[in-house]
Amino acid sequence: METKVNAGRRDFLRAGAAVGGGLLIEMVLPGAGRLAEAAAAPFEPNAFVRIGADNTVTVIAKHLEMGQGTYTGLATLVAEELDAAWSQVRVEGAPADAKRYNNLLWGPTQGTGGSTAIANSFEQMRKAGATARAMLVAAAAGQWKVKPESLSVAEGMVRHKASGRKATFGVLAAKAARLPVPADVTLKDPKDFVYIGKSFPRKDSRAKVNGTAIFTQDVKLPGMLTAVVAHPPRFGARVKSFDGAAAKRVKGVTDVVEIPFGVAVLAGDFWSAKRGRDALTVEWEESTAFKLGTDEIVAQFRDLAKTPGLFARKDGDADKALEGAARKLEAEFVFPYLAHAAMEPLNCVIRLSAGGCEVWNGEQFQTVDQANLARVLGLKPEQVKLNMLFAGGSFGRRANPQSDYLMEAAHIVKAIGGRAPVKLVWTREDDMQAGYYRPLFHHTLRAGLDEKGNILAWHHRLVGQSIMAGTPFESGLVKDGIDFTSVEGAANLPYAIPNLTVDLHSPRLPVPVQWWRSVGSTHTAFSTETFLDELAHGAGREPVEFRRGLLAKHPRHLGVLELAAAMANWDKPLPAGKAGERRGRGIAVHESFHSFVAEVAEVTVREDGSFSVDRVVCAVDCGIAVNPDIIRAQMEGGIGFGLAAALHGEITLKEGRVEQSNFHDYPILRLNEMPRVEVHIVPSAAAPTGVGEPGVPPVAPAVANALFAATGKRVRRLPIRAGDLKGA
Amino acid sequence: MITLKVNGKSYRVKDDPDTPLLWVLRDTLGLTGTKYGCGISACGACTVHLDGEAVRSCVTTVSQAAGKRITTIEGLSRNGDHAVQKAWIELEVAQCGYCQSGQIMAAAALLAAKHNPTDADIDAAMSGNLCRCATYQRVRDAIKAAARTRRKEA
Repeated sequence: METKVNAGRRDFLRAGAAVGGGLLIEMVLPGAGRLAEAAAAPFEPNAFVRIGADNTVTVIAKHLEMGQGTYTGLATLVAEELDAAWSQVRVEGAPADAKRYNNLLWGPTQGTGGSTAIANSFEQMRKAGATARAMLVAAAAGQWKVKPESLSVAEGMVRHKASGRKATFGVLAAKAARLPVPADVTLKDPKDFVYIGKSFPRKDSRAKVNGTAIFTQDVKLPGMLTAVVAHPPRFGARVKSFDGAAAKRVKGVTDVVEIPFGVAVLAGDFWSAKRGRDALTVEWEESTAFKLGTDEIVAQFRDLAKTPGLFARKDGDADKALEGAARKLEAEFVFPYLAHAAMEPLNCVIRLSAGGCEVWNGEQFQTVDQANLARVLGLKPEQVKLNMLFAGGSFGRRANPQSDYLMEAAHIVKAIGGRAPVKLVWTREDDMQAGYYRPLFHHTLRAGLDEKGNILAWHHRLVGQSIMAGTPFESGLVKDGIDFTSVEGAANLPYAIPNLTVDLHSPRLPVPVQWWRSVGSTHTAFSTETFLDELAHGAGREPVEFRRGLLAKHPRHLGVLELAAAMANWDKPLPAGKAGERRGRGIAVHESFHSFVAEVAEVTVREDGSFSVDRVVCAVDCGIAVNPDIIRAQMEGGIGFGLAAALHGEITLKEGRVEQSNFHDYPILRLNEMPRVEVHIVPSAAAPTGVGEPGVPPVAPAVANALFAATGKRVRRLPIRAGDLKGA
Repeated sequence: MITLKVNGKSYRVKDDPDTPLLWVLRDTLGLTGTKYGCGISACGACTVHLDGEAVRSCVTTVSQAAGKRITTIEGLSRNGDHAVQKAWIELEVAQCGYCQSGQIMAAAALLAAKHNPTDADIDAAMSGNLCRCATYQRVRDAIKAAARTRRKEA
């Protein structure tokens, strides 16, 4: 069976002669506006595939490489249908152009997130590769005067078997560039895949082990100044006055300027700018600032949780069913604010020029950033040129709806009249204290069981700030007052429960909040999967068997649940620990971003309540596995990221001030805390879904369930405190 | 003027003696493979070798480094082919890659000191090198793989 794809109506393709007689192929939407220009100027990097006379195949990646392996994944899709040799394929980041490089799942918006890169590109990038292949074949057929059907392509070589003739892509590129672009291309039958489903080496590995990979932090432009900003000590505070005289006396400092977000100190190098900021005196206007602490916020949320919220889901009548239940259980959960804390602190480089500006950034949200920067600089969005560099992690942070740090840089370069390019560098302390955060959430769960241990009713109430409120996405992603990202993982609970209510309060606070790797599922997976474990225990049922009975209509949940349990030897007892140690095993299953993941965690708890997570067995169903080793890496990394939150992660406020400032008081996971992780991928022919985020949600509840198995104590708040587990 | 010996070359720099070596490497010498992550010796992204020993360049002043043999990721091997770098590629350790120069420099110093490091040795030498992508399992496996390669070659 062959998949026939019509490239004609929505996308259409053109070709033109590129540098050195190369082949340039681009897919554009009708009415894209710059067609004639692009045809005349094919040197623009505005295509998905570029083949040089030197035989290199350049894949132009529209998504940010921030560690998740997307450059390699996108290149795999092109190489597959092009039948390129892996060694001839290189990858470069696409420019900002929502007309050609939009995320197909986000409408007219270019950006990377929500574990969508491969999902939205799967067909698009294969078509780009298949079209290039068809044109190379047509070029060879014309040159050799044979039928295209008589040619084969493999490993970057076009061959005519009967005559023994062969040619590389590079040799054929110039000729191919002059041929018409086929309207339809035929994609491979999956059984013929050469690259998809195999683990070809990452395209970014070499540069990342020899120091040559360029991150934003490494950009240096002629005459560039480095800016460090003194941010307000509390959210909502503003500059009242400042004295920059001492800062200006610091050697190397060139400017001290006020911007809407604080006061910026500029110097020829980072260290001078930082010393300048240390010497700066700022008086802050704090009358309008937010001055509550975490304890007060939690108390407010707890009060709100006593009143009904807006319904995110209502099946049957949970309240009534609860009244009649033979057994009732209730639990309260609190989740703290969390910082993204990517290893590369936030930064960007900006340069103004006549008629535009150019930015170098780990660029995750092109369309939004273009619009925001254009607004503050008095430009049109298309005058904002964005260079997408590797990001040293992001976890959601670099896709900020307000373009916060980019706006800072824009105000700074404006304040110095654009006379020099500016690199804005947030110190680690800025990165941790100036926002944005995974929102603090309070959950209440109530459930009722009948005499046989069946769940009659489930009531889940959530209280937490909306991420989407006040952003350009509010209109699309907040429906009837419900921010989808607040309740994802809760409102779509897969378990068969006849009476099920999920309701939500979304209090507005000035603490800046943002999506954080796996978003709503960072908290909903924890409360639902630990509470379900509690219900299983309350019903006297074994947790896997209990879930199995509730997931009959959810085969993919069931698939990963069964696979993880089998690979973890769930039905055999866990080997005992040493004297004084208690061991336990727990499981959790969760769907996020259309991928399904189950994880089994094994823990050892010592007498003082301290514990280690020894092993995690993970099963993932993400549809077709484009690169299995990258999927394994994302599960391993997601588990480590989720464990950091389970074991350590907590941003707290005291009188409005963030109490943490660096890795000494906001610890992340360390090597000695990393469990052995085993990843098993469910074989699938379904369209691929994401893997960047879905590994995160199940690990914390699996660990908490394991801790319960070991100690009989339930974890109700994160991070897990040793004191909560002591002496049971 | 301070004289620095970096990756076998001599440089004379005018930075203040108390400037962290990290910023002299990055901003003055343009050796950007060494990364800034925390500035307080809490993450290891800035790890370089000083006379063969792994140090945090963000809290090592340029005057402390003067006269010593400084090695950065750019100078660890001629062609990126140190046993640790090869194992890193073989096992696909890197994700975002930002911390990996520091991880590799710490691992190379460990292997120079211990030819057959145990898990406890790896914990002790590497737990100060943070990786937010949590590539730790592969870091551990790659160190063992590099140690095996080294022992075979020896």
